[in-house]
Amino acid sequence: MSTPANTIETFANQEYKWGFVSDIAAETIPEGLNEDVIRLISHKKNEPEFMLEWRLKAYRHWLTMKEPDWANVHYPPIDYQKMVYYAAPKTNVDRPKSLDEVDPELLRTYEKLGIPLQERELLAGVAVDAVFDSVSVATTFKSKLAEVGIIFCSFSEAVQDHPDLIKKYLGTVVPSSDNFFAALNSAVFSDGSFCYVPKGVRCPMELSTYFRINAKNTGQFERTLIIADEGAYVSYLEGCTAPMRDTNQLHAAVVELIALDNAQIKYSTVQNWYPGDKQGRGGIYNFVTKRGACRGVHSKISWTQVETGSAITWKYPSCLLIGDHSVGEFYSVALTNHYQQADTGTKMIHIGKNTTSTIVSKGISAGHGQNTYRGAVKILKSASHARNYSQCDSMLLGDKCGAHTFPYLEVKNTSSQVEHEASTSKIGEDQIFYCRQRGISTEDAVSMIVHGFCKEVFRELPMEFAVEAQKLLGVSLEGSVG
Amino acid sequence: MSLLEIRNLHATVAGREILKGIDLTVNAGEVHAIMGPNGSGKSTLAQVLSGRDLYHVTEGEIVYDGKDLLAMPPEDRAREGVFMAFQYPVEIPGVSNLYFLKAALNATRKHQGLADLDAMDFLALVKEKMALMEMEQALLSRPVNTGFSGGEKKRNEIFQMAVLEPRLAILDETDSGLDIDALKVVANGVNSLRSPQRAMIVVTHYQRLLNYIVPDFVHVLAEGRIVKSGGKELALELEETGYVGIEEVVERA
Repeated sequence: MSTPANTIETFANQEYKWGFVSDIAAETIPEGLNEDVIRLISHKKNEPEFMLEWRLKAYRHWLTMKEPDWANVHYPPIDYQKMVYYAAPKTNVDRPKSLDEVDPELLRTYEKLGIPLQERELLAGVAVDAVFDSVSVATTFKSKLAEVGIIFCSFSEAVQDHPDLIKKYLGTVVPSSDNFFAALNSAVFSDGSFCYVPKGVRCPMELSTYFRINAKNTGQFERTLIIADEGAYVSYLEGCTAPMRDTNQLHAAVVELIALDNAQIKYSTVQNWYPGDKQGRGGIYNFVTKRGACRGVHSKISWTQVETGSAITWKYPSCLLIGDHSVGEFYSVALTNHYQQADTGTKMIHIGKNTTSTIVSKGISAGHGQNTYRGAVKILKSASHARNYSQCDSMLLGDKCGAHTFPYLEVKNTSSQVEHEASTSKIGEDQIFYCRQRGISTEDAVSMIVHGFCKEVFRELPMEFAVEAQKLLGVSLEGSVG
Repeated sequence: MSLLEIRNLHATVAGREILKGIDLTVNAGEVHAIMGPNGSGKSTLAQVLSGRDLYHVTEGEIVYDGKDLLAMPPEDRAREGVFMAFQYPVEIPGVSNLYFLKAALNATRKHQGLADLDAMDFLALVKEKMALMEMEQALLSRPVNTGFSGGEKKRNEIFQMAVLEPRLAILDETDSGLDIDALKVVANGVNSLRSPQRAMIVVTHYQRLLNYIVPDFVHVLAEGRIVKSGGKELALELEETGYVGIEEVVERA
């Protein structure tokens, strides 16, 4: 058995094992970051001048910034000059030829999660010549969406086809100077998704399947922008319950949501990036900036996240409640097992009158996992009669893990109401034994108890996602008890 | 062949020997009461039978239905028909009573090579058994034992037993914390489950419960041994004399 001390040492010693390896493919540029690299990225993507300027401005600002160190996470220093910032989508040459060449452990997990065969190939990065379903599925979806005027495409396409919308909204919620990782993302972002739902349109489907099939190789610096115009509604699902393989260690995505008058955006995430092995080696660093602006009256933005992957998660999906009567919601399940670390939560900034926010956070720690909830509720003077309800519950499995809660509260007027509840519980041997005495296996018992604990969050997820998320928690917790 | 055969059972908790050589034979159709003062080992015996791993068996054997019970993990014992009604039923927040019970029943059915019971059949079964226990249907959708009163918890245990139809039921201090009305309901439920195929071990400190669940045999446990066995009249005898006399017997031995 390795002690935590020498595990960290091993971890430190192989910081480049999983990421930062330069690809031999022709479409790769040398490691390191400078203005030329950014010009090259922008050029390769055939971007208009304003995009290049925007990237350069972000880069210049980034140079003046310091990597944040306030989060309750620990990792060896990242050498940003050792990373490769542009790689064309992988050619079939470097990919596994079939599932036979893929790590059997991964295949077993797919099986447990009940991922369809075809998707397994995709997720494992198998070279699939004809991109079978995705073209036809994408086309069907796209035409259906186009009928009602919804624009849904990759970020790169949007830059080409809808530069006005990009110009108008990009960086207006998360400015390129917002924080170290957001600035880096703004300078070098690879691709992502763009969605615009026009006035009064209710998106006729969950934007999920399409994304799931097309999200491959969006890379480590993903950028998403979703705009719901007046009276529009959209539900967007990000990620996938299947473990995704990626050789890039650092992921720094930015997501911006904009809801105008009476618009609603529901954004659900299931994050299951490679968490590292049982000793804490490898794994993705997931440093994400997600923020939504409720700009219009009676607008609503709802974040639901299930975070089970990544070695380190640093993520605070937030809401700026600008419009009067706007509503912000954050429902989160974060699970850390083995040596995973998560520092996650939300910020609810109340600016408009009668704005309300709800925060429900469920942290589960197992193994040596460290789970931190960090949340801020800020009610400005202008936000009269604002209300917030926060509930932060932690569950511990075993005695080597940790749960931490840092709620920050700032109320600048006297007419607002803020309510905070917190609890920490230990999953009891008693509970597990009770289940086993009724014939339920330990694994099923743990999964059942944890699911019960997370119920308030799961019920916010779209139906099929909720079922997958439950399975995922079970699989992620395997071997953590008994 | 007897359903349960306990031979020379010794067990420890945290290094302290609690059971010091128990011998007990239970046949299908019989109800055995295990009585004794606090700390005599009654509950330990129940826990050992159900497979709680805080208890270590250091000597002896338990044969259940011809199989080595001690070699089975708790869930397999349950699937083979060993049921324990807990003294302190555990709360599981967020998991509905109905969902829990269905998972339990289907785990046993799977073990027996049967298909899962579908939702309609399951609900029909559950409703029938609820009537038996005079339980309110609202309890089904509430989280397992969460916010239940003491009486509701105990009733819920017997209700689970009625649904799971075990071959060997162990009732651990089922009477504790019950008022007389609740006790009668629970006892009625238990009595309706008596059958020639099913054996029961009723662990209790007080004779009171045995007025309603009349045992075929009564065993008195003291200091980890069965010091006296007899028919139902033994319980009444104890009610009069208390456990004082029993402890003296042990001390002299």
